[in-house]
Amino acid sequence: MSLTKDQVQHIAFLARLKLGEGEFDDVVDKLSRIVDFVDQLQAAPTEDVLPMAHPLALSQRLRADAVTESIDRDAIQANAPAVRDGYYLVPKVLE
Amino acid sequence: MRTDDEAWHSRSLSGLARGLAGGEFSARNLTESLLARIALHGESLNAFITVTADEALQEADKADRARSKGVAGPLNGLPLVHKDLFCTAGVLTTCGSKILGNFISPYDATVVARLRKAGAIMLGKTNMDEFAMGSSNETSFFGPVRNPWDLALSPGGSSGGSAAAVAARLVPAATGTDTGGSIRQPAAMTGTVGLKPTYGRVSRYGMVAFASSLDQAGVITRSAEDAARLLGVMAGFDERDSTCVDHPVPDYVAALAKPLDGLRVGIVRQHFDAGLDPRCAARVRESLDVIRDQGATLVEVDLPNLDLSVPTYYVVAPAECSSNLSRFDGVRFGYRASDPEDLSDLYCRSRGEGFGAEVKRRIMTGTYVLSAGYYDAYYLKAQKVRQLISQDFHNAFAKVDVIAGPTAPAPAFGIGEKTDDPILMYLNDIYTIGANLAGLPGISIPCGFADSLPVGLQLVGPPFAEDRILNIAHQYQALTAWHTACPEHFK
Repeated sequence: MSLTKDQVQHIAFLARLKLGEGEFDDVVDKLSRIVDFVDQLQAAPTEDVLPMAHPLALSQRLRADAVTESIDRDAIQANAPAVRDGYYLVPKVLE
Repeated sequence: MRTDDEAWHSRSLSGLARGLAGGEFSARNLTESLLARIALHGESLNAFITVTADEALQEADKADRARSKGVAGPLNGLPLVHKDLFCTAGVLTTCGSKILGNFISPYDATVVARLRKAGAIMLGKTNMDEFAMGSSNETSFFGPVRNPWDLALSPGGSSGGSAAAVAARLVPAATGTDTGGSIRQPAAMTGTVGLKPTYGRVSRYGMVAFASSLDQAGVITRSAEDAARLLGVMAGFDERDSTCVDHPVPDYVAALAKPLDGLRVGIVRQHFDAGLDPRCAARVRESLDVIRDQGATLVEVDLPNLDLSVPTYYVVAPAECSSNLSRFDGVRFGYRASDPEDLSDLYCRSRGEGFGAEVKRRIMTGTYVLSAGYYDAYYLKAQKVRQLISQDFHNAFAKVDVIAGPTAPAPAFGIGEKTDDPILMYLNDIYTIGANLAGLPGISIPCGFADSLPVGLQLVGPPFAEDRILNIAHQYQALTAWHTACPEHFK
């Protein structure tokens, strides 16, 4: 197994994913297999090769600095689980 | 030709366009007939997440009025469906996920808006692998889609609902998205045509993001001509997508007629290695003979890093997905866990309960390859190999006009057959992933059968050569009838 349970626990926390009791061992197993699989990249000769982040060899286009649309707050917040007075509600952060 | 209801579903989009234009039937007649077919077969295939019957009938009446006033758009009254990751104003957009199970977009994706403006009528939203992460449609929160050619088999994925709906003649056309083969592979497995345009050809605005440097919208249809019609409407610059390219949109339909004399077709040596089902290899070689007999020359080319394309993809795509999917936090939209202890618990449980197993694996793979100490070894390394893979295509296109080969290593496989082995599932996309890594256009077209299951031929072109691959596909379809084959139960 290329990943330990502790490593997987740490990755899950970084990704803010709570894994259920029943799924943890399966995640360790399959994630290890995926990491082993992508490890074959290490053998590829890539000296002097530039990394490719994107298929387009273009620089980012800038739009004109102008007001183009307004967002209807109520329409957007209709999808939110909990709102009040235009704010999103979350559990208390500061005591 | 019969003109009763039964004949309509068997016509292509172009055939229906002629029927509507000639006054043979109305958009309302057609819409009612196809909605009845969806009601009859929809459940056995599980191809739909949402059917928008009422809205469709209203749109159909609007299309009929527009035609009577002489202001019909290029797709006026033509029915289609959208993969459920295109945002549709006022209609559920779930992305096949529990976490978006109640999400109603306040706006239309650009693809949806352009097709709507051209007069097309949306009949519903199709099932898909959760967040388009899968090659079998089995990762959907809404259950697997079934292949119309054999209900025990998968239709492929991730655009499996779109492919199944078109293959079963429930609709003549569907949108899809392709990040590593998610349009072309299900098209191959269902005997339909699947077109993935060049990266930047079609706007991604309003498409729920999976891997932003790979995602591209396209179509699943029954003929190359139908795909050409739709692409002409969908393609083109959109200032709302900063990666959408301002490049002229040619007349794709006009380009279909060009003869294939002098065309140089690249056959990739590595495509015919041991991993390819011999029946698929035979069908692909037979289809290449048909193309050669039309005046094309077959030229052997190499893609030396083909084997590295799947591992490269499974670093790059999860890395981008882990970043893109961080927006699902249980705060602004989507599923929220009940009774959170604190903010961290709210995030972790909303995501842990809202995402399915495959999506969680990909987010964690991406988180791992981007994490401190591993970034150079995995992510940066994969970006360099991506450059090599892209260069391989560039070198091949110095010698040939198009690359032709298999779309998938084997015909459709059983539901449940590959779910225990993620690597086996990932290798389904060995022939399709390269076009995404390099940003190239590709199309899969039916080229025969392996026993009773469809086989796909893939054509990949240089950037913005959609007109060329559609032209070749159309010329092939003018001489063959594989694309007209229909599963017995859905005739």
